[in-house]
Amino acid sequence: MSHTTDYIGKPTNRVDGPAKVLGTAKYAAEFNVPNLLYGYVVSSPIAKGKITKIDSAAVKALPGVQEVFTHENVPGFAFLDRSYKDDVAPGGSPFRPLHDAEIKYSLQPVALVVADTFELARYAASILHIEYEEEAHATELAKRIDEAFEPGRGKTGYKPPKSRGNFGKGWKQGVAHMEANYSHHAQHHNPMEMFATTVEWLGDKKLTVYDKTQGVFNSQQYISKIFGLSKEEARVISKYTGGGFGSGLRPQYQLFLAVMASLQLERSVRVSLTREQMFSFGHRPETLQHVALATAADGSLTGINHFAVAETSQFEDFTENVVGWSGTLYDCKNVELGYRLSKLDVFSPLDMRAPGAASGSIALEIAMDEMAYAAGLDPLEFRIRNYSDFDQAQNLPYSSKALRKCYAEGAAKFGWEKRTAEPGSMRDGKMLVGWGMGGGIWDASKMPATVKASLDADGHLTVSSGTNEIGTGTYTIMTQIAAESMGLPIEAVTFVLGDTTLPESPLQGGSWTAASVGNSVVEACTKLGEALLKQAQKMDHPAFKDAKIDDVQFANGQLRLRSDETQAVVLRDLVQASGESKIEAENSTVLAKLEMLKPPKYSMHAHNAVFVEVKLDPDLMTVHVTRVVNAVAAGRIINPKTARSQVLGSVVWGISSALMEESVMDHRFGRYMNHNYAEYHVPVNADIHDIDVIFVSEEDDKVNPLGIKGLGEVGLLGVAAAVTNAIYHATGKRVRDLPVTIDKLL
Amino acid sequence: MNSFTFTQATAVAGAVQDKAAHDDAAYIGGGTNLIDLMKENVARPTHLIGLKKLGLDTIEALPDGGLRLGALATNADTAWHPEVEKRYPLLNQAILAGASPQLRNMATDGGNLMQRTRCYYFYDLATPCNKREPGSGCSAIGGYNRVCGILGTSEQCIATHPSDMCVALAALDTTVRVSGPNGERTIKFEDFHRLPGDQPERDNTLEPGELITGLDLPAKGFEKNFSYLKLRDRTSYAFALVSVATALELYGNTIKDARLALGGVAHKPWRDKEAEAMLIGQPATADTFRRVAAKVLENAKGYGANTFKIELAKRAIVRALKQATEMNQVLDTNAFQNSNP
Ligand SMILES: Cc1cc2nc3c(=O)[nH]c(=O)nc-3n(C[C@H](O)[C@H](O)[C@H](O)COP(=O)(O)OP(=O)(O)OC[C@H]3O[C@@H](n4cnc5c(N)ncnc54)[C@H](O)[C@@H]3O)c2cc1C
Ligand code: SF4
Repeated sequence: MSHTTDYIGKPTNRVDGPAKVLGTAKYAAEFNVPNLLYGYVVSSPIAKGKITKIDSAAVKALPGVQEVFTHENVPGFAFLDRSYKDDVAPGGSPFRPLHDAEIKYSLQPVALVVADTFELARYAASILHIEYEEEAHATELAKRIDEAFEPGRGKTGYKPPKSRGNFGKGWKQGVAHMEANYSHHAQHHNPMEMFATTVEWLGDKKLTVYDKTQGVFNSQQYISKIFGLSKEEARVISKYTGGGFGSGLRPQYQLFLAVMASLQLERSVRVSLTREQMFSFGHRPETLQHVALATAADGSLTGINHFAVAETSQFEDFTENVVGWSGTLYDCKNVELGYRLSKLDVFSPLDMRAPGAASGSIALEIAMDEMAYAAGLDPLEFRIRNYSDFDQAQNLPYSSKALRKCYAEGAAKFGWEKRTAEPGSMRDGKMLVGWGMGGGIWDASKMPATVKASLDADGHLTVSSGTNEIGTGTYTIMTQIAAESMGLPIEAVTFVLGDTTLPESPLQGGSWTAASVGNSVVEACTKLGEALLKQAQKMDHPAFKDAKIDDVQFANGQLRLRSDETQAVVLRDLVQASGESKIEAENSTVLAKLEMLKPPKYSMHAHNAVFVEVKLDPDLMTVHVTRVVNAVAAGRIINPKTARSQVLGSVVWGISSALMEESVMDHRFGRYMNHNYAEYHVPVNADIHDIDVIFVSEEDDKVNPLGIKGLGEVGLLGVAAAVTNAIYHATGKRVRDLPVTIDKLL
Repeated sequence: MNSFTFTQATAVAGAVQDKAAHDDAAYIGGGTNLIDLMKENVARPTHLIGLKKLGLDTIEALPDGGLRLGALATNADTAWHPEVEKRYPLLNQAILAGASPQLRNMATDGGNLMQRTRCYYFYDLATPCNKREPGSGCSAIGGYNRVCGILGTSEQCIATHPSDMCVALAALDTTVRVSGPNGERTIKFEDFHRLPGDQPERDNTLEPGELITGLDLPAKGFEKNFSYLKLRDRTSYAFALVSVATALELYGNTIKDARLALGGVAHKPWRDKEAEAMLIGQPATADTFRRVAAKVLENAKGYGANTFKIELAKRAIVRALKQATEMNQVLDTNAFQNSNP
């Protein structure tokens, strides 16, 4: 089956752009179903202890208040922990909202007030009388290092770091050395759209649930198990998500609360969280890290040691791959890695864009800069000398790796060769200038995904899969792939997602959606092509009688013979002749699932190299990131336009991590104190200057048929380190505790 | 947020009477601060009195050569008023350094004076705060006090007044016009905001029920040599860690008259008249500026997370005075900051 339209690899405007601009794209809290009730969550003011008394009489007496749900009156649902586990739950015992009197963390939901209007529910929540008995809490990671333990298997995707060789020996072999501690604080995802669920009660336990999530099936199985609902009873819809960054990978507690209230009251209910409550669940965990590196006289690494301690909650062991990348990115025989967790009285951390790698690459890539200086080498030259041509951690060849091109093209674009090594040696007028670099590596994954392709009697192709659009451009690239596969103009194709009545797809995360769903779109379209060919054959079209799928092509809304393009049937006619309203086909995931069970033959990764310029006022020490070049090797780029946006966003986030972003906790209260957009600082437009994104060419026929590696995350790696390294280059000050706020530079 | 009633006042006397007639009434200007405080349950007025129809949104020349800013003129209209741009550029710069264009379009000049602190604990009902709940304690002391003050603090409260505009108004010797149950009066700007002392719940010296009707700027606007320098955690849309409003009158290189006020460091815009006196008659040199900066921060006290502000304030004073002297903003901190007014 060959095709004649050409959309893959072409910059393409977002097909959902008009809906977003016109406001017709609806988000979870915008579905105004009839007779809706509103729930408002009351959050715990203490970090640990017990609820000793709840007096809801005054609240219930307010006209319009329907119910006050607390642990005292919420019936027990499913009994086993297993029922509360979602697809990405870490090991441990998942948190159950309104389960008992115990307070496990600050801002824990302790009550849900349901009323006729949002305003009334909010007011009622503010006067609900709850008494607590406080217990001593522990929220300070630095004070809990001694209790740190090695996690067991952890959650899906966690690879316990593997050491190799003998670091002690490697360290002794080295002629130059560096050793330092690094840290960064917790970060909260804070997507623009706050978590919300609107549950439409359709009668008799039948629900339509509009949820903010990165995976409708994850939400569905979660509520089905807890509340004993069938798939038909628990339909979950999420067509648009106002930012995810990982926060929507796990069902959040408003989903539980809204469904619970709806089932109890037999009414439609909406629960939306406040911005403050966006600090009441998962976050990027704080980590404390240690890196030691040694090099031989030629600058080759003789030893790498990377150790990290991260926070987790008392009830789950949240694990991520923080240090493992340090055993892959550079060539070295002696690598010692360690990763531990320490339990704190906080909610379980949660994957946040490039989970683990973002944290680990801060330490590794600053350490690489420090090592380059200690070894007297240019930081880029140092990395090139330690280039890994073979994945020593997995003992596998790379399916492809164009990081060398990232170094070369990125450096050329940036003008890196003009850099003078000495800190403080570059100026622009009186401003100090610093140039720094970094980079990273991220998994190229693919999960089984089901896609249905359906051609109707008007010749319009609808392709559907229960994946999600979190702003990355899923609607657009799937439409491109489908249009090209069927030789149709892009306007003749619609991609539908975000509904549990659609074919099953994995969570939207891990940068795997483009590869997983994208390749399945091709498979489904191929199957549809076969079905169309069969129909043509049924119609006794002599030209197609013995044709195989490889003998035909789809073009101009026609099926035609490759050997003789004049032999053609109009697709529309095929559907009409079939006597059905449409011809459909679905791909099979059997092979993909088998593939997942086999040991990999290749190490499959995306890479990047990032170059940063900062300018600093030498007296006031205000930092401006004036220029960034991010060169990315991520296989085939389906849509350079949406892909570029992903990398731009990553760079902005990296700058944010480097200079401003942190959830600040007051450990006396065990509570994040900057829980709003005014005080949780992320860059504004004025902080962002030139950003250049380069996609280096990288062909890969091993990673998956389309050669896609995914790019939602890789662009973030090394950015924060590169900014920090640039600050060192400008000032000679090495800051190892991020973010680098002005007080750390004075 | 609790439920409340609302009346749109059409005359100052009526507004004042309406206020006196209710126990928990509040005036509302642009609402950019009050509504947030109500949503967080920090303020719980049961009656709101709208001021936008009072006709106090004009900006007019005064017979003595000064300029009167109506209390209900928006921050944006004030900053971009031709007379303000031309004759009081320090005020223009200070206003534009604050908040965001959207907020400045809503916020009123009277409301700007009355905005409450941005201390994290003041906004979070789960934590003790003397300003919100007298006698409950000050969480910022011994806590996360990055945004808190270093000058004129008390053991009860170390909060700052967060305004940028007010720092310029303090430097310019503005007079605040108010109307209340006992008639009209004027308050000198330096007497308007107060230090926390042992009454941190009181931000200013307004008497109960009093309404700000206008701000009178004197004729002298220092349009030749001035600088508003704001240092913050990001380039826009963040409150000042430290800000400096300074205005100079120079004769050659000698300072004939000087104004110096700081924001982000105290419970009120921190005008230092002794420092101004030290400047007058001196050459406008880095040396002079450094001596003055040291004097301003002589009695400063850091509380841990905000101790860096002492050094930062000294450097900011030196820089602001230099910029006011040279009026060529060579070093680009300001250029970066003002790139999106
Ligand atoms: C996210 C954010 C960022 C901000 N950043 C900055 C910044 O960087 N710099 C800065 O300076 N400001 C900043 N602001 C604050 C902003 O300047 C103030 O909120 C605004 O000036 C208040 O004016 P308003 O008219 O909206 O006041 P309102 O919210 O209407 O009222 C505030 C208070 O003043 C009282 N009041 C109002 N008018 C009168 C009057 N005429 N007489 C007596 N009492 C009155 C009200 O009762 C209330 O108590 C920011 C605000 C927000 C929300
Ligand atoms: S500094 Fe003032 S406002 Fe802040 S917690 Fe203390 S008393 Fe409250």
